[in-house]
Amino acid sequence: MVMLKINNLKASVDGKEILKGINLEVKPGEVHAIMGPNGSGKSTLASVLAGNENFEVTEGEVSFFNKDLLVMAPEDRARAGLFLSFQYPIEIPGVSMVNFMKAAVNEKRKYNGQEPISAQDFLKMLRDKKKVVEMDDRLTSRSVNEGFSGGEKKKNEIFQMAMLEPKLSILDETDSGLDIDALRIVANGVNKLKTANTSTIVITHYQRLLDYIVPDVVHILYNGRIVKTGGKDLALELEEKGYDWIKEEVNV
Amino acid sequence: MSEIDSNTMKYKLINMYQQNKAAIEEGLPDVVNRVRENAIRDFDRQGIPEKGSEAYKYTDLMRAFGKTYGYSFKAPKTDVDPETIFQCAVPDLDTYTILLENGWFYNKSGEQLNLPKGIIVRSFRDAATEFPELFEKHYNKYLESHKESIASFNTAFAQDGLFLHIPDGVVLEKPIQIINLLRGGNPLLVNQRNLIVVGKNSQAKVIVCDHTLSQQNFFANTVTEVFIDESAVFDYYSIQNQHNQSSQISSIFVNQMKNSNSLLNTLTLHGGFVRNNIHVKLAGEHAEANVYGLSLVDGKQHVDNFTFVDHAVANCNSNELYKNVLDDEATAAFNGRILVREDAQKTQAFQSNKNICLTQEAKMYTKPQLEIYADDVKCSHGATIGQIDEEALFYLKSRGIGGHEARMMLMHAFAYEVLSHIRVPVLMERYGDLVEKRLRGEFSKCEGCFVHCN
Ligand SMILES: Nc1ncnc2c1ncn2[C@@H]1O[C@H](COP(=O)(O)OP(=O)(O)O)[C@@H](O)[C@H]1O
Ligand SMILES: [Mg+2]
Repeated sequence: MVMLKINNLKASVDGKEILKGINLEVKPGEVHAIMGPNGSGKSTLASVLAGNENFEVTEGEVSFFNKDLLVMAPEDRARAGLFLSFQYPIEIPGVSMVNFMKAAVNEKRKYNGQEPISAQDFLKMLRDKKKVVEMDDRLTSRSVNEGFSGGEKKKNEIFQMAMLEPKLSILDETDSGLDIDALRIVANGVNKLKTANTSTIVITHYQRLLDYIVPDVVHILYNGRIVKTGGKDLALELEEKGYDWIKEEVNV
Repeated sequence: MSEIDSNTMKYKLINMYQQNKAAIEEGLPDVVNRVRENAIRDFDRQGIPEKGSEAYKYTDLMRAFGKTYGYSFKAPKTDVDPETIFQCAVPDLDTYTILLENGWFYNKSGEQLNLPKGIIVRSFRDAATEFPELFEKHYNKYLESHKESIASFNTAFAQDGLFLHIPDGVVLEKPIQIINLLRGGNPLLVNQRNLIVVGKNSQAKVIVCDHTLSQQNFFANTVTEVFIDESAVFDYYSIQNQHNQSSQISSIFVNQMKNSNSLLNTLTLHGGFVRNNIHVKLAGEHAEANVYGLSLVDGKQHVDNFTFVDHAVANCNSNELYKNVLDDEATAAFNGRILVREDAQKTQAFQSNKNICLTQEAKMYTKPQLEIYADDVKCSHGATIGQIDEEALFYLKSRGIGGHEARMMLMHAFAYEVLSHIRVPVLMERYGDLVEKRLRGEFSKCEGCFVHCN
């Protein structure tokens, strides 16, 4: 069974082609890492999967649990179990974390034919999930990401992931801006949420995060294409040699 | 679209004044009557300001004046049961409730108030006779210098309204809620006149709810003068929720003495044509004025907030924040004038106007106007007109919160900044609910109120 199947996906922004034919398959329980130099199109791929309309899909198909993902509204993708941890989470002053999460949880429940969560259960859930990423009470009582430090924003993304229990999580450079302690906490959080039926795509620039979240498959994305796929050793090789050899290999 | 032009309307009104002078003056003392002639001359001289004139750049007053209205020189014979009316309190909000009908003080409403000793709530007309010193000292004193012709029109016709006096040193915990009702079987023009005197070192909060009870064309031209004496703290929350065929010009003139602190908050939910004139004069040092407004408009509504903060002396602060959310073909205007006079050193004056237009057809006009004649001051102003933040919208969608719901959340968040300054916690919550309901297009009338104003 394949959870996510991407076939020859091409996408552009303002007429400029960024994704030039991506192929990728993710099965339940798998962890995939996508690595690659800046500007390769990693965030673009994540955005397209999440349904960001700034990017235009010009070719290809994506199926998620055998459904055509590309025709689904972004909110339905989320409700169906797709989660994107943003590289740059936005601040939304005036929307409280609590209201935000309550709405999100209830939308998902509605999608699955469940009743809205009771206030009591919600508060318990909030408490439990905060522990997963050692999230400060101070943060959940504020507006979404407002005044959060870079690291706090990343923690908040994983906290939201914990609340929504997605089937497929795409973590876009969740490690950037985290010190080593925070990285460990966040990575442990992700591991705690992992089940045999959930999958993760870890987008990262560095090998470091992969010491904690160990991938089954590593892909190298360069210039809008996946140019190399291998086991977790590929990440180590990249760490050693840098990206230049990939660029050379591809450009030859 | 108006049925007549502004000059004809002006003469019609002046003629009406001359024909009914005796009826207007009846029962009122000299202190109120002697200023009428001057006022009507003033109105004659200035007329109904044209659209495009300095203070009415984006607002056509003929939308209000250009219709046919009846006028009543007598208090209405009310058939409303006061018991029912008194339930028209915002729930969970314990207030002293006062009712005015078509601009006239509903006398019975004062009887059951049980106000703390010394606090005076009266009809404007009774108070004018009963408290001559207060009227001599304050009546018609705070709008003279501004020469607002619409206010002069009110002065000429003023017969009743609310009088409120908080004596020196009295702190009123519970807010006073003033419910202005417009009702009747015919279109009606109303001139309501209020005078509020807040004594030294006292504190009071007033919540004003403007409602319409029947579907007629109403035009309420209200003038409120507020005197805030030394070290007093005064809050004035106005909730405008009249039906969309009604017109309203609401002018408030605030005069603040040394160390006083005011908060004026105007929430406009419904009303076809709304013009708010907010004049605040900081006349004593270390006075502070906080002026906030939020309008949520749709359909063909037009809302114009005109504010004038006059820093007349040194060491005063003013903070101003106005926000508008415009949908459909609604239009809104904001004019924020700040005057810092020559001697008003160490002034701090901040102004911000932020707006969201949800459609291409909605139009927002904003005009800051800073006149600074002192050199050692801190002043800032800023205005933005934008749409819903697409990036924030996508963030919410990516968490499963659908487009409509996400939009609501963001609009509510936008409005929240104004609500966060409300100094009555329960009222802040109530405002939150009202705003949410208004944004959802549900009835925004105060729940539990017998008034069906939509
Ligand atoms: N909204 C956008 N508008 C224009 N160009 C964009 C936009 N987003 C990304 N790009 C371009 O697409 C390319 C890939 O960017 P991105 O997906 O962010 O790469 P990565 O995440 O791998 O660093 C870059 O050249 C970037 O400049
Ligand atoms: Mg990126």
